[in-house]
Amino acid sequence: MAERRFVTIDGNEATSSIAHLCNEVMAIYPITPSSNMGELTDAWAAAGKKNLFGTIPHVVEMQSEAGAAGAVHGSLQAGALTCTFTASQGLLLMIPNMFKIAGELTSTVFHVSARTVATHALSIFGDHGDVMACRSTGWAFLAAASVQEAQDMALVAYASTLESRVPFVHFFDGFRTSHEENKIEQLSEDDVRSMIDMDLVQAHRDRALNPDRPKLRGTAQNPDVFFQAREACNPFYDKAPGIVQGVMDKFAKLTGRRYHLFDYTGAPDADRVIVAMCSGAGIVEETVDYLTGKGEKVGLVTVRLYRPFDGKAFVAALPKSVKTIAVLDRTKEPGALGEPLYQDVVAALVENWSDSLPRVIGGRYGLSSKEFTPAMVKGVFDEAAKPDAKKHFTVGINDDVTNLSLDYDPSFSTEADDVTRAVFFGLGSDGTVGANKNSVKIVGENTPLYAQGYFVYDSKKAGSVTVSHLRFSPRPIKGSYLVHKANFVACHQSVFIEKLDMLSTAEEGATFLLNSPYGPDEVWDKIPLETQQQILDKKIRLFVVDAYRVAREAEMGFRINTVMQTCFFKLANVLPEAEAIARIKDAITKTYGKRGETILKRNFAAVDGAIAALHEVKVPGQVTSKFRRLSGFQGDVDPFVKNVLGEIAAGNGDELPVSAMPVDGTFPTATTQYEKRSVALDIPIWDKEICIQCGLCSLGCPHAAIRMKAYPPGALAGAPEGFLSTDWKGKEYEGWKMSIQVAPDDCTGCGLCVDVCPAKNREIAKRKAINMEPKLDHLERERANYDFFLSIPDVDRTQVKADSIKGSQLLLPLFEYSGACAGCGETPYLKLITQFFGDRMLCSNATGCSSIYGGNLPCTPYAKNADGRGPSWSNSLFEDCAEFGFGFRLAIDQQIEYAASLLKKLSGQLGDNLVNALLSNKQETEEEIAAQRKAVAELKAKLAGIDSREAKDLLASSDFLARRSVWILGGDGWAYDIGYGGLDHVFASGRDVNILVLDTEVYSNTGGQASKATPRGGVAKFAAGGKPSGKKDLGMMAMSYGNVYVAQISLGANPNQAIKAIRAAEAYRGTSLIIAYAHCIAHGINMTTGMSLQKEAVACGYWPLYRFDPNDKSKPFQLDSKPPKGAFKDFAMQQARFAMLARSKPEDSERLLRLGQQDINDRWNYYEQLAATTRDGGEKEVQA
Amino acid sequence: MSVDLRTKYLGLELKNPLVVAACPLTQSIDNLKQLEDAGAAAAVMPSLFEEQITHEEVAHSQAQDFGTESFAEALSYFPEPAEYRATPDIYLDAIAEAKKAVSMPIIGSLNGVSRGGWVEYAKRIQDAGADALELNIYLIAADMSVSGAEIEEKYLELVRAVKESLSIPLAVKVGPYFSSPGHMAKRIAEAGADGLVIFNRFLQPDIDLDDLEISPKLVLSSSNELLLPLRWIAILHGRVDASLALTSGIHGAKSLLKALLAGADVGMIASVLYQKGFDKIGTILAGMTEWMEEKEYESVEQLKGSMSQENCPDPAAFERGNYMKALTSFTGEAI
Repeated sequence: MAERRFVTIDGNEATSSIAHLCNEVMAIYPITPSSNMGELTDAWAAAGKKNLFGTIPHVVEMQSEAGAAGAVHGSLQAGALTCTFTASQGLLLMIPNMFKIAGELTSTVFHVSARTVATHALSIFGDHGDVMACRSTGWAFLAAASVQEAQDMALVAYASTLESRVPFVHFFDGFRTSHEENKIEQLSEDDVRSMIDMDLVQAHRDRALNPDRPKLRGTAQNPDVFFQAREACNPFYDKAPGIVQGVMDKFAKLTGRRYHLFDYTGAPDADRVIVAMCSGAGIVEETVDYLTGKGEKVGLVTVRLYRPFDGKAFVAALPKSVKTIAVLDRTKEPGALGEPLYQDVVAALVENWSDSLPRVIGGRYGLSSKEFTPAMVKGVFDEAAKPDAKKHFTVGINDDVTNLSLDYDPSFSTEADDVTRAVFFGLGSDGTVGANKNSVKIVGENTPLYAQGYFVYDSKKAGSVTVSHLRFSPRPIKGSYLVHKANFVACHQSVFIEKLDMLSTAEEGATFLLNSPYGPDEVWDKIPLETQQQILDKKIRLFVVDAYRVAREAEMGFRINTVMQTCFFKLANVLPEAEAIARIKDAITKTYGKRGETILKRNFAAVDGAIAALHEVKVPGQVTSKFRRLSGFQGDVDPFVKNVLGEIAAGNGDELPVSAMPVDGTFPTATTQYEKRSVALDIPIWDKEICIQCGLCSLGCPHAAIRMKAYPPGALAGAPEGFLSTDWKGKEYEGWKMSIQVAPDDCTGCGLCVDVCPAKNREIAKRKAINMEPKLDHLERERANYDFFLSIPDVDRTQVKADSIKGSQLLLPLFEYSGACAGCGETPYLKLITQFFGDRMLCSNATGCSSIYGGNLPCTPYAKNADGRGPSWSNSLFEDCAEFGFGFRLAIDQQIEYAASLLKKLSGQLGDNLVNALLSNKQETEEEIAAQRKAVAELKAKLAGIDSREAKDLLASSDFLARRSVWILGGDGWAYDIGYGGLDHVFASGRDVNILVLDTEVYSNTGGQASKATPRGGVAKFAAGGKPSGKKDLGMMAMSYGNVYVAQISLGANPNQAIKAIRAAEAYRGTSLIIAYAHCIAHGINMTTGMSLQKEAVACGYWPLYRFDPNDKSKPFQLDSKPPKGAFKDFAMQQARFAMLARSKPEDSERLLRLGQQDINDRWNYYEQLAATTRDGGEKEVQA
Repeated sequence: MSVDLRTKYLGLELKNPLVVAACPLTQSIDNLKQLEDAGAAAAVMPSLFEEQITHEEVAHSQAQDFGTESFAEALSYFPEPAEYRATPDIYLDAIAEAKKAVSMPIIGSLNGVSRGGWVEYAKRIQDAGADALELNIYLIAADMSVSGAEIEEKYLELVRAVKESLSIPLAVKVGPYFSSPGHMAKRIAEAGADGLVIFNRFLQPDIDLDDLEISPKLVLSSSNELLLPLRWIAILHGRVDASLALTSGIHGAKSLLKALLAGADVGMIASVLYQKGFDKIGTILAGMTEWMEEKEYESVEQLKGSMSQENCPDPAAFERGNYMKALTSFTGEAI
């Protein structure tokens, strides 16, 4: 038997390692937080790692979870051991197949990193809503409470499903377990082999469909026998719990880790017992250990096999002394008598308890990974001790509406003194999380200490804050909750000190490490007053290091990770300094060794430079700071926005009570304007002397943080000193002035505006009309300038020549300051569309990047104009975006019809002129739309004076008389894959909706998995060897209907064509599809030059531009780009997605690039012929 | 009468004095086979560039790290490649493959300036089977705080470091930009170089008038570039303990003959192969043979260096006279 190793990995990896060994086929679809289970097995398969049976598992990515479940079902029926990994909505899409698989008594395991199901809002975080939604499918549900158990229960599930024939859901908490790094004892391949009975494997294969022994499955049955047949499976469910216990016993003999269907821990004579499952159970266990140590009579039943629920085994696990049982459910079932586990416990007791029943109370906790702590557990035990305990409660929130929440003492802690607890505040791009993951591994794998790492990310993609929570303990760490009593706190970004309260988690005598450009003698006065006070009150030792200087000297750029990691080890005394440094270097070699000597040397230099740059600060005895910490939204802001959204933005969302929240998930728009995140280091500064006023900078800005305005000279009255203005060049506003202005606190510093600026300084060629300069040199002035700029009235929309770049940029963007990646290739399109149609837009947004930067709390970039109009936005699901938006259209058309009918009925009272004007206005131009709005206002005024039901109804629906613009927005994962069926149906409908596909050619939001939009040869997850097949031609598929307006555009390559296409698509009174090239971080490019790269994409024929206008009956297809010039390879090699393959598999790369070039040639050849062809077949007589 | 074209370069016995210089042509095994068939005596592989190695390592690392660990749903954007074959790995494989494919000597080439980790590649090139190594020292002395002496010392340190790790012969390719090129050549030989390749041609920056951008260019050599290396070959012949190779400007039999007469052991060609094709090798060799037969030379060894500064009838011509003459004829009047 091979010796077992201790490894430090996360729950997903622990699970995948077992799944990889036990399966022959895996059909998957990416969904957070389960994606990386499939990615790991795919990577292992690519590296040739074999399963127990000596073959390499086939990992296949499907078009949706529904598709994955179908493929799993089919593969199982054909005899292969097959599994999948999923969560949340993904699991819900698998439910139909789950019923089938269970009904056919088929052995399989679905690994679920349990995640919240979208209700009033989407959440990527963890609870059991998804798993509980499947509990009627007939599957067994096996819960894992920790990373160790994620591995162990995965194996128990495989052994049990083969023996019982009942399929298993093996689940654990999304993020809290799936993404927690923890030290575990890894099962060896021999362990796994000895648990898997090959005779049972053979029996599974023997049950497969086989033409040599034909059989029929999946029949349709009638009332005569269906019922009986459904009952025929009962013995299998009756036996399943015993089988699982048998497997657990065998596992215990093998490994020494003993599990039961229900495990009791605590006082043998406990009077209060909590029942819980998954990671919450570990926290309860830690608390029970602590409280029983203090003599309290408390205990815990950890549920492992949730279905089939063995009531006898459950009751047997309970101490007979129990008086009150508190059942904790990590899910919510509105309208139920109690949550699922509570109901099962009650039923089990009623059926199996012999004496008078103990009292049962039930509570919800931890929805969407809401923090769950020992203090809350103590609160539950305290409640259970009360004679009048709440029968149903919540814990961890303040429910001031239905008063269900329990009070608890947040200062209660079970943390032991010999545990190192560290919290690190970093920036996504600085490598903090990566370094901390390394630190956890260093300690976990090189010392007897146990190690835990958990990482919290915010929902911004640019300038995101990360918080790492690390524990090192001499004992296994059961408590999966954040560090609330840190003895080490590190601030990796000096700007955080002005905004974040980092020391509230610090305990007395803690160490605070600050990365700052200020030395030990200057730094104290750069710390805000509140933080100084915390340092003094808690007697915190303060250390400072200029990590950016050390990193710069080591040629590491902004990667300060190794510098800060070294300082941590120096200060935290987890390892002797010399050993720590040696281990850090080993870890660097392990992590970066493949990347080459240069990378290693630079990292080593950063380590070596760190200690010398670390200084303790002599803390004065008193607060001396002249400034306070900034928090929340500043200025005169709507109370809801300030007190709710502002508090969320300030990191205080956990403190908000239930009453603060909207009851139905509805929020105001135009809120990113208050965030002022100020994440850029450099911002663009305008040189008005050079500027040619083309508008490209404003057009290309992904964040609407550089804008253009034209205005009469009088508007300059009151301009701050230094506000830049110049004469407008052009006939339409002769004599006017214009300005290009940066929003300094909203700019992300991506530099796209400089990249697209065509105007160069004649004396110094490197300077353009827009130049990136250090923000701090300009901040105060540009803040004042931007405030003034915003106060200048926008031009009259009806007079703007909007079909030009310059004209379009005079229109107010109603999409601004999003949290998208710096340099995002998607957002410029969205912004442009809102400039044209934002004041009358309804958006249906598919889940993905655009829904996250579009609608992730606290703020939305969708904004309002001076009249209060702006896009109204919603996200339904990932898969149904087209149908959802189609529904918008149906409702609007119906309401228009209703309003029109009422208008006609009331025309006598309203006047024929008004009614005719409202009904005959085509609303094709801004003037016509303005006229319609004016007429609607007049209508409303008249209706107010008419007292009838019909008048009231017309008043309610009169807004619909002004033309609305329905937009269906999403990425290629939605349009090409999961949502294609619905999209196709909407094409076929011919209804007036506008579909924008932001084509990044991968699933960007979930980390770059391949979609059917991924090009041939592109490296992506699930296409590690370069995608072997070509990109699907979505535009051509839509064109096949003949009545869909289709355009392929690229804002970076040809903004004029893009503008024309967008405006024509919206004007078209049928279905329109726009496929927009969106460069992306997942392409592995320098995002600063994304727009330039778009030019090359079009020039080489990789992304041909075209428009297909069904209104043009003769030649509807028009090619808008020139014949391919230059090699595809030259374009491709500037992007890591292609270049990586040239490094890993040069021959494959050459072959795929050749085929990619052929794809370009073929497509162009076809398109060129299409452009020259007449579609109109005329009106020929049909021959009889 | 037949002439003996054999020559000795870096201790390697070559069938004739025509060697294919380091250039992209020698990257391909097919090309190497064709070059050998066309008559080339040896080939220098394209350079493995220090700058390129560093750039690729950093670029790859940045691409792997970019955007990672920032956003909960996308903690990375690319699969970790199962295998990663960096440029040096591919290069080393190419040498090994070339050695299998052709019988002419294959000379590896390293291009760099610092004593960084990349020096180890010298040893790895040797292990891959190269018959010799050409070290192309590439340094634009744009840092005005560094003296010529310091730069020279850097060159020598590098030569010593590389030589230390090698058992195969080492040729050093340098440019002409030294105050005393002859002195420097001597010191390079003393530092361990078995041969000198004279001179390397740098990529030169050009200005793009359309975009007002700098666009580096490497133009093909022309035959009039022969004269600079020719002078220094002539001066060095017999005075430094190293083989001599002339590169830049050999476009035909005449220029190769001049190189040999001045004292080169071999002449290296590249540009002319791009312009005229591989058959040009045969043409050059035939032309050289014809000239030698006409002049009744028996062997290359016999004519090598016969017109060096030491051996030519007018040694001073290599120092001043040539200069005066050229300028006079160019301007049409004497200075």
